[in-house]
Amino acid sequence: MHNKSIAELALGLRAGEFTSVELTRTHLDRIASHNPQLNCLISVCEETALQEAELADRRIRAGDAGQLLGIPIIHKDIFCTDGVKTSCGSKMLDNFIAPYDAHVVELLKQAGAVMLGKSNMDEFAMGSSNENSFYGPVHNPWQAGAVPGGSSGGSAAAVAARLCVAATGTDTGGSIRQPAAFCGITGLKPTYGRVSRYGMIAFASSLDQGGPMARSAEDAATLLQVMAGFDSRDSTSAEQPVPDYAATLNDDLNGLRIGVPKEYLGEGLETAIADSIQLALDEYVRLGAELVEISLPNTHLGVPTYYVVAPAECSSNLSRFDGVRYGYRCSEPRDLEDLYKRSRGEGFGAEVKRRIMIGTYALSAGYYDAYYLKAQKIRHLISDDFRAAFERVDVIMGPTAPSTAFGIGEKAADPVTMYLSDIYTIAVNLAGLPGMSIPVRPINGMPVGLQLIGNYFQEARLLNVAHQLQQATNWHTATPAGFE
Amino acid sequence: MSLERSDVEKIAHLARLAVSEDELEAVTADLSNILHLVAQMETADTTGVEPMAHPLHMVQRVREDAVSETDQREKFQAIAPLTEEGLYLVPRVIE
Repeated sequence: MHNKSIAELALGLRAGEFTSVELTRTHLDRIASHNPQLNCLISVCEETALQEAELADRRIRAGDAGQLLGIPIIHKDIFCTDGVKTSCGSKMLDNFIAPYDAHVVELLKQAGAVMLGKSNMDEFAMGSSNENSFYGPVHNPWQAGAVPGGSSGGSAAAVAARLCVAATGTDTGGSIRQPAAFCGITGLKPTYGRVSRYGMIAFASSLDQGGPMARSAEDAATLLQVMAGFDSRDSTSAEQPVPDYAATLNDDLNGLRIGVPKEYLGEGLETAIADSIQLALDEYVRLGAELVEISLPNTHLGVPTYYVVAPAECSSNLSRFDGVRYGYRCSEPRDLEDLYKRSRGEGFGAEVKRRIMIGTYALSAGYYDAYYLKAQKIRHLISDDFRAAFERVDVIMGPTAPSTAFGIGEKAADPVTMYLSDIYTIAVNLAGLPGMSIPVRPINGMPVGLQLIGNYFQEARLLNVAHQLQQATNWHTATPAGFE
Repeated sequence: MSLERSDVEKIAHLARLAVSEDELEAVTADLSNILHLVAQMETADTTGVEPMAHPLHMVQRVREDAVSETDQREKFQAIAPLTEEGLYLVPRVIE
């Protein structure tokens, strides 16, 4: 049951082969047996999940046709869930029971999806390995002791290990795509503004975007269909119609022009990964696509620019955690300043504090032009690179990450080395484009991700292009040993 | 760009973050390394380039000036560290 696609499950539920309660119970049992080892969940909502499943079964019997009705999912613990702990992976919010639902949570609830629990993540979504969580690291289901990627590492590991059918994630610099690549699943970061940020705890507001993580492009399309759309409560939500993502999944790829940036296949990329990417590109040529070499000349500036823009915005966003209205408060503060400083100093982890300080420095008097303004100008250059490329090609492809999943502890000592693992994903956030990662040929049993980048609001095209590869190959169906 | 310990103390104060003496050396080194990475921005010629604050070129929407939120003070204060009669309590500011 836990290996079926959403479409297969929806049919099975309607044919009476199994109920949502049974499906939910199956996944809760899998969580009970595997989560102690993987640590991919911060909260498990057994009781409410079974109640939601019962409600879904009643709606199914009454003839409700929703595809996600009764399907068990997991939310990244960055999405506020009314009455359920929403920790964002931080000691700061370890005691925080959200008083309302995020827009995405509300939509998936209305669609009848069953929430099994909340997934582990890097604290406040800052990290590429899930090691920055107050709740400890997540293990990659493909190899214990390897990271699942981050920051949506818990969601990625849970989907790969079949602990849920699908999950939500968020992506500020690669946090959906890189863990999707490391765990061998399909993840989509939509265009900035496509999915509402309401109730999604803010990290860097001009970059943050929520999206689906699933085992196939088809499943991701079903989730995005529900998650996407305008929301007046998010001031940068896009007022664009949402197309029918399933309707174009089967379009053929004849004449599709795929741009391959030379900067993504050069120095710093493991040869075996380059080979896996080439194998997938060859498959696309067989499906009727044409490869076009392109250049994104400012690629090397992506990581430095990001590490000004994201910390600057985070230093401002995270100023709300002050120990006064909710969250962690230090014991016996001497005065108000001591209350602020110690609540924040004790409540935040090392990486979050580093980024707040970098951002504070970049925005402080006398440094604004050299850092934040300069970064915003380079952001324009990076965005123009993509604009020029999309005049010649329909979709851009390359690796999602420069390596496969590394070991827990391997890069933890040096923040800058860790930052470079997002080298191929960060520019997409700076430009605000949609990006996707899908599994291709693994290396020594470890998953490899192919990144697909589309033009603004071309999620349907990305899902179509990903789905066509998944129809022609079976890389995406591989299951980690012990989780079959 | 390398930072001194005194720079980090100043930044930590601006950010209202307690950084202990023990942490200070490591934090200073880490922040300096990050600023070295960031310094690569200097190689880019940005003469005449407009800053980009936002990926979509959109203007801020305005809404009707009407009440849209209901009073949920009790619910919101239920998760506060310390309240009294509907007020959030902090250490005394004025003696």
